[in-house]
Amino acid sequence: MTHHESEHEAVAAAPIGPGRIALWVIAAGLAALFITLRLNLSAGIDVTRWLVLIPLMPAVACLINGVFVNKLPKPLVTALAVGSVGVSFFISVILFIHLKITGEPIQQVMYSWMAAGDFSVNVSFTLDGLSGLMALVVTGVGWLIHIYSIGYMAHDESYSRYFTYLNLFTFSMLVLVLGDSLPLMFVGWEGVGLCSYLLIGFWFTDNEKATAGKKAFIVNRIGDMGFVIAMLLLFWIVGALDYTTLAAQAKTVSPMWATVICLLLFFGATGKSAQIPLYVWLPDAMAGPTPVSALIHAATMVTAGVYMIARLSFLFVLAPSAMMTVAIVGALTALFAATIGLFQYDIKKVLAYSTVSQLGFMFLGVGVGAFAAGIFHLMTHAFFKACLFLGSGSVIHGMHGEQDIRKMGGLDKLMPITSKTFFVACLAIAGIPPLAAFFSKDEILYKTFAVHYGAPSWLGAALWLTGALAAACTSFYMFRLYYLTFSGESRAPEEIKKKGIHESPYTMTIPLIVLAFLAIVGGWVGMPHIFHALPNYFEHNLEETLSVANNAVGVVHGSAMLEWGLMLISTAIALGGWIVARALYKDARSDVPARMKEKFAGIHKVIFNKYYVDEGYFYAFIRPTLNLGLFLWGFVDTYLVDGVLVKVSAWLVRSAGMGLRLVQTGNVQTYLLAFLVGAAALLAYLWQGTSL
Amino acid sequence: MDAIIFWPFALLALLGAVLLIFHKNPIHSALALIMTLFSTAALFVMLHAGFVAVLQILVYAGAIMVLFIFVIMMLNLQREELGLRRHAAKKIVATVLALGIGLKFALVLTAQLLPRAELAASFGSVENVGMMVFNDYMLPFQAIGVLLLSAVIGAVVVAKTRF
Amino acid sequence: MSWLTTITLNHFLVLAVLLFTLGMIGVMLRKNGLIVFMCIELMLNAVNLAFITFAAMHGNEVGHTMVFFVMTVAAAEAAVGLAVFVALFRNKVTVYVDEAADLKL
Repeated sequence: MTHHESEHEAVAAAPIGPGRIALWVIAAGLAALFITLRLNLSAGIDVTRWLVLIPLMPAVACLINGVFVNKLPKPLVTALAVGSVGVSFFISVILFIHLKITGEPIQQVMYSWMAAGDFSVNVSFTLDGLSGLMALVVTGVGWLIHIYSIGYMAHDESYSRYFTYLNLFTFSMLVLVLGDSLPLMFVGWEGVGLCSYLLIGFWFTDNEKATAGKKAFIVNRIGDMGFVIAMLLLFWIVGALDYTTLAAQAKTVSPMWATVICLLLFFGATGKSAQIPLYVWLPDAMAGPTPVSALIHAATMVTAGVYMIARLSFLFVLAPSAMMTVAIVGALTALFAATIGLFQYDIKKVLAYSTVSQLGFMFLGVGVGAFAAGIFHLMTHAFFKACLFLGSGSVIHGMHGEQDIRKMGGLDKLMPITSKTFFVACLAIAGIPPLAAFFSKDEILYKTFAVHYGAPSWLGAALWLTGALAAACTSFYMFRLYYLTFSGESRAPEEIKKKGIHESPYTMTIPLIVLAFLAIVGGWVGMPHIFHALPNYFEHNLEETLSVANNAVGVVHGSAMLEWGLMLISTAIALGGWIVARALYKDARSDVPARMKEKFAGIHKVIFNKYYVDEGYFYAFIRPTLNLGLFLWGFVDTYLVDGVLVKVSAWLVRSAGMGLRLVQTGNVQTYLLAFLVGAAALLAYLWQGTSL
Repeated sequence: MDAIIFWPFALLALLGAVLLIFHKNPIHSALALIMTLFSTAALFVMLHAGFVAVLQILVYAGAIMVLFIFVIMMLNLQREELGLRRHAAKKIVATVLALGIGLKFALVLTAQLLPRAELAASFGSVENVGMMVFNDYMLPFQAIGVLLLSAVIGAVVVAKTRF
Repeated sequence: MSWLTTITLNHFLVLAVLLFTLGMIGVMLRKNGLIVFMCIELMLNAVNLAFITFAAMHGNEVGHTMVFFVMTVAAAEAAVGLAVFVALFRNKVTVYVDEAADLKL
C-alpha cells in the first residue's frame, strides 16, 4: 500500500504533466473558438465553410507530429494531437447545430480530384444528418480517447508516433464519413485500414503483434476487393460515383446488378466490420494499445461497414435478397461471436468478440431495413464499448500489463472509478433499461421481428430468436467479465501486487466518466414512440438521408402490444443473463462453472478454441497459398525461370563468346580474309541489279 | 599500232605480277615487281601520261623498290615454303573470293565501250600537272609533304635500336 | 577478234583489274611480310593505271594528280612499313606475318 501511495504522490508532485498542459491548451482553444464563432455569427460569416476544417485539423496535427517525430517536446505533441481533435469536435457540434437549425445539408466542394472524359470526382464533403452524426461520434469519442491516451501512453517511448497514427486515423475516418462520393469514402476506408495496421502493430518489435497487424491488413484487403469491384460496377452502370447522382439514378440499376453490387459491397463491409467470414482479424487486433482497440476496433472504424450500408441504403433496398443476406450474416455473427465470448479469459478478447457480436446486431438492423436503428446502435455502441475498452485499458494499466481475468478479482476496491464506469457500461451493453443499448438493441430486435424487409416472416422470427439468444449471451459474458475482474478477492500474482495495483490518472478516468454518462443517456435520443416520453430525435435526424430507403421499406404498423411484449422479453433476457452470471461468478465462490466445464469438456474445447475457424482458414486458404508459393519458388522459379530462361540465355551468350573469341587469331591475314568477305558482300549488294 | 605496243607490255605486267606472288625468293619477287612497274609506265605513256610514267620509273621502280631490295638483302631472308599445306581452306576461300571480285569488276567495267576524249598535245605534260597540283591541290600537296616528314621521323623512331 | 587488234580503254581497265586481283591474292596467300607489302604496292599500281585510264577517258588531268599523291603516300608507307619489318625482325627474327600473332587471346 505504501508503494501505491508513493506513486500517487509522485504523480501529484510532478511540476506540470503533459496532460494538464494539454487540457489547458484545449480549454484555451475552445474559448477562442467560441469567441470567434460568436463574432463570425454576428458578422454574418458563413460557418459552413468550416466543414473542411473537421478532417483538416487532425491531418495538420498528424503532419506536424509526423514530420518532427520525437523532436518536439511532449506537451506540444499532446496539445497538437489532442487539441486538433477537440477543435474538430467543436466544429462538428457547431455545424450539426447549424444543420438542425437550417435543415439544409452542408456541402463544400474543395477541388476537382480527377476528371477523365465525362467522369469526374470532386473532393467534396457533405454534412447531413447521417454524416454529421458520424462526425460527432468520431470526433467526440475520438477526442475522449485521445485524452485517455495521454495517460495511457505517457511512459511509451514512441509517444509522438502513437499520436501521429491516431491523428491520421481520425483524419481518414472523417474523410470516410464526410466525403460525398464513393471514391472519397474508399480513400478514407483504406486510410483507416492503414492506420489500423500501423496501430495494431504499434509495438512492432513483438513478432506476434506485428503478425496481428499483417493479418488485419491482409484480411481487410480481401474485403476491399469486393468494395472496389462494386465501385467499378456502379461506375459502369450509372456513370457517376457521388451519392447525389447515385441516389437519383439508382432506379436505373437492374435488380440483378443491384444484388451483385450490394453483395460485393457487403463483402467489403464484412472485412472492415469484422463479420463472418472475415471477422478473424478483429480478436487478433487486440494486440494494439488499448485506446486504439477502443477507438478503431470498437467505436469507429469497424462500424464503417454499417455506415456504408446506411449511406447506400437507396441502393440496398433495390436488392432485397442482398439485404436478407446482410441480416442473416449479421444475426449469425452476433450469436457466433457471443458464444465464443462466453469462455474467453483475456479481458480484451472478450470485448473483441463482444464487438464482433454487436456489429452483427448492427448489420442485422440495417439488413432488415431498420437503417436508423442500425446507426442508432452504432452510436450507443460507440459509447459503451469505448467505455468498456477504456475501462479494460485502465485495468491493464493498473495491473501492469496483465490481461488474464483469472488473475484479477477484487479490483472494485482498488479502482473504484474504473469499476463503477465499467459496471454502468455492462448494464448498458446488456440492455438493462433505461440505458443506451436497451433502446437501440431493442429497436433492432423489434424491427427484425416486425419489418424483416426482403425476408419471409418466419425468417424474421428466426432472426429475432438468434438475436435474442445473442443478447442473452451478451448479458451473461459481460457480467461474467465484470464479476471475474472486479468482485471478490484479488487473485493477482505476487509480483504484480508488489508493484501496486492502482487507480489510473485523471486523464484516463475523466473520459471513462464521460463515456459512462453517455452510455446511460445516449439512448434517450431515440426512444420508441410508445413511451410518449421524448420524441424520437434520432430517427427524425436521419429521416432525410434515409428517405428513399424508408419509403421502400414502408411504415411499420406493429401493434403497441407486440412492441411492449418484445421489450419485456428483451429485458427479461438481459436480467436473466445478469442474474445467472452473478450467481456463477460473483466473488468467484460458485464451483458450478468448473463442474460445467468438465461435464461439457468437448463443447467447451471447441468454443474456447473459437470453433477452430482460424485453423480451418489455415488449412483451407493459407496453406494452399503457401504451397502454391513454394511451388512457384521451388519449381517455377528454380527450374523454369532460373533454369531455362536465365541459365540457357547465359549459356548461349557464353558459348557465342567462346566461339567468337576463336576468330581473334592475331593473324593479320585472317582479319584480311574477313575484310575481303565483307567487301565481297558489300559489292554484291551494291551491284545486285547490274549485269551479272 | 596500239595493239603492238599494248599486248607485250600488258603481258609483261601480268607476268611480273604472277612471278611476284608465286616466287619463293623475295629478291626475285622484287625484281618481278620492278618489271611490272616498268611495263605499267609504258602503258601510262600510251595514255598520254608522260609525266606520271617518268615518276613511276624514278620514284617507284627507282627509289621504293631499291629500298625493298636493300631491306630484303639486309635481313638475308630465306626462301619461303609455298603451297596449300597449311591453312588450305583459308587460302582457297581467299583465292576464290579475290577471283570472284575481280571477275565481277571486269564484267562491270567491260559492259560498255568507254569513250576516249580528244586529248590536246600538252595533255599530261609536266606543266599541266604541275599547274593543277600547285593551284587546285595546294593544300593536299602541303599535307602530303607533312605526311612524308612524319613518315621519315616515324621510320627512324621505329627502326632505331636505342636513343 | 577485233579486241586483239583494236585497243580500247576497256583493255587498260581489265588489265588494272587483273593486276589488282593478283595483288589481292598475293596479300592473302603469302606469309612473308615483305612480299605482302610488295603485293600492296602492286594493287596501288593497278589503281594508278585505272586513274590514268579514266583521266584519258575524261580528258582531265585530275587523275594524274591523284596518281602523284598515291605515289607519295606509297613512298611514305614503304618507309614506315619497312622500318616496322626491320624492327619486327630484330625482335622475332622473322618477317612472317603469321608468326607475329601477339594480339591473339
